[in-house]
Amino acid sequence: MQAQDTQKTPSNTGRGSGAPPLVEMREISISFGGIKAVDHVSVDLYPGEVVGLLGHNGAGKSTLIKVLSGAYQMDHGEILIDGKPVEITNPRDARTNNIETIYQTLALADNLDATSNLFLGREMTTPMGLVNDAAMEAECRKIMAQLNPNFQKFNDPVSALSGGQRQSVAIARAVYFNARILIMDEPTAALGPHETQMVADLIHQLKAQGIGIFLIDHDVHAVMDLCDRASVMKNGKLVGTVDIEDVTDDDLLSMIILGKQPGQKAE
Amino acid sequence: MRLLGMIGAFVILCIGFNIFTDGRFLTPRNLFNLSIQTVSVAIMACGMVFIIVTRHIDLSVGALLATTSAVMAVTQTELLPHILGLGLGNPVTWAITIVVGLLIGALIGAFHGWMVGYLTIPAFIVTLGGFLVWRNVAWYMTSGQTIGPLDSTFLMFGGTNGTLGTSASWLLGLFATAIAIWALWSGRRAKAAHGFPVKPVWAEATMATIIAVAILGYVYIVNSYAIPTRRLQRMFEARGEVMPEGLVVGYGIPISVLILIIVAVSLTVVARKTRFGRYIFATGGNPDAAELSGINTRLLTVKIFALMGFLCAVSAVVASARLANHSNDIGTLDELRVIAAAVIGGTALSGGIGTIYGAILGALIMQALQSGMAMVGVDAPFQNIVVGSVLVLAVYIDIVYRKRLGAK
Ligand SMILES: Nc1ncnc2c1ncn2[C@@H]1O[C@H](COP(=O)(O)OP(=O)(O)OP(=O)(O)O)[C@@H](O)[C@H]1O
Ligand SMILES: [Mg+2]
Repeated sequence: MQAQDTQKTPSNTGRGSGAPPLVEMREISISFGGIKAVDHVSVDLYPGEVVGLLGHNGAGKSTLIKVLSGAYQMDHGEILIDGKPVEITNPRDARTNNIETIYQTLALADNLDATSNLFLGREMTTPMGLVNDAAMEAECRKIMAQLNPNFQKFNDPVSALSGGQRQSVAIARAVYFNARILIMDEPTAALGPHETQMVADLIHQLKAQGIGIFLIDHDVHAVMDLCDRASVMKNGKLVGTVDIEDVTDDDLLSMIILGKQPGQKAE
Repeated sequence: MRLLGMIGAFVILCIGFNIFTDGRFLTPRNLFNLSIQTVSVAIMACGMVFIIVTRHIDLSVGALLATTSAVMAVTQTELLPHILGLGLGNPVTWAITIVVGLLIGALIGAFHGWMVGYLTIPAFIVTLGGFLVWRNVAWYMTSGQTIGPLDSTFLMFGGTNGTLGTSASWLLGLFATAIAIWALWSGRRAKAAHGFPVKPVWAEATMATIIAVAILGYVYIVNSYAIPTRRLQRMFEARGEVMPEGLVVGYGIPISVLILIIVAVSLTVVARKTRFGRYIFATGGNPDAAELSGINTRLLTVKIFALMGFLCAVSAVVASARLANHSNDIGTLDELRVIAAAVIGGTALSGGIGTIYGAILGALIMQALQSGMAMVGVDAPFQNIVVGSVLVLAVYIDIVYRKRLGAK
């Protein structure tokens, strides 16, 4: 119904070059009690590619990516990075594999300031082994100047920040440490239009650096703009994965709502 | 600012009691005693800050103090002198005893932490159980009897029997003041070097003045508390010398207070300047975020409780040495005093907030209240009624104050 977005970046991803995908999640299943939150879902991601994850509330998107980020342990399935199977049993394993995550809940320690949150778990230390607050604050100021130039509250606990400011801290934390694989779970949920545009620019920039991004977003337009492919989930199952170039907004919407592939009849 | 409020409250309290006791409260002797009575609870309160900051609680500290005290009493009066044949008064006895005590304390604490962190039993339950278990382990070990006298060197850690003397105290006081001012200044310089905004000079200067007055004032007070002449005479006789006529010697800083200062300074550095400390506060602020940041929160819990157990043993050294023996009821109700001290000192039970110096000030305020009322002649039941009410009031004031500031 609507013309394809004109400023969309051309797909210059590693896909189709014959190299193995950056990440491959195969037949992932995980259930909580009786509920199958994720049921035999397979998705993959190539370097420099943005893959959108779509689905209604409770479809299992966050759960799926939490398996990759080490927050949850899968019941079945396999994760391959660069074609090699890896064990990710906790968030530290994920970090070792250069996987960084922006969680839907942001996962910030509210009582600490932006700098401490940015470096949480990876503090810079002085030769004596003490944390080097001044050096970390300097780094934090640098990255925040890029992401959110208006940000000034460096010495307040993040509980004193606005939702958008908190979000930029969470984004800074994922971007700062040279991720190869970036997971963004609704990164723009609390952002104003201007800040949302900055995140979009950031995604383009990271993509150009060859980083692979899983992007969860409820905004179909944003997904159409930013993503190369989209995987749609419904009730824990994968509906299908499509090339954004081959589909329209309506196709995606009907996949989300009806749970059917474009051109396919509803079951 | 909060610090100023607490110091203000403490000073008002002291002056008030001084008026009601016709000047008996603010005497060197009383302030000296006040400080040595506070040490045991204050040391444990430092550890309790970390426990409460991570949203846990430890109800077993008094009982753990009793068990470690019993272990050390048995070690120094039975095990080492008789069973291992070192004899009484052997110069290594105190050292071995303390190492054993600290080790046992840390192990029991680690065991609590393992149950809380890995078995995910709530700390309230684990330590409520621990409260009953360790209080009675101590009883069983000693058959409920008082054990003493303790090793003579060991008694040095109790207070009156072990002080630094006046010159060493002045030296230490000056040294500590210099270090504190240097720390303030170098913190400021590190910020300025990166071009960050720094606190106004007057704020830093006020801070430095408070520290200097507190340290040097305390040294002045304990130095002017003179050792009683009889006692001094005996000390000279013990060395086979004759005491010069009219000699006056001050006590100086008690070793137990020195231990508290060492504990407080180390734990403040741990809290502010180490990863371990950072993770404690992060876990208290948001346990899920800490976990997702790759922090091993379970192991962290074990470490925090082990530290608490270790500090209980340190307190046990001080407490039993002060009493010169191990008694069956040692440390009774200490868990409540320790928690109250931490909470009056600004540690939030909801986690993530608390300071070491606050907890020590909290312990000091409570002890001042208690001994002040005893001196004024308030009946024992009323003393506890007042202390209990003050606890609730202090927390309420804190809540109001935080709301005003707009923080949580
Ligand atoms: N820790 C948990 N314990 C029990 N059930 C859970 C847990 N986490 C998720 N679930 C369930 O798993 C299902 C998938 O949840 P998930 O958070 O993955 O959805 P989502 O697709 O991210 O939804 P949203 O768009 O609302 O973020 C839901 O039914 C949810 O109730
Ligand atoms: Mg979600």
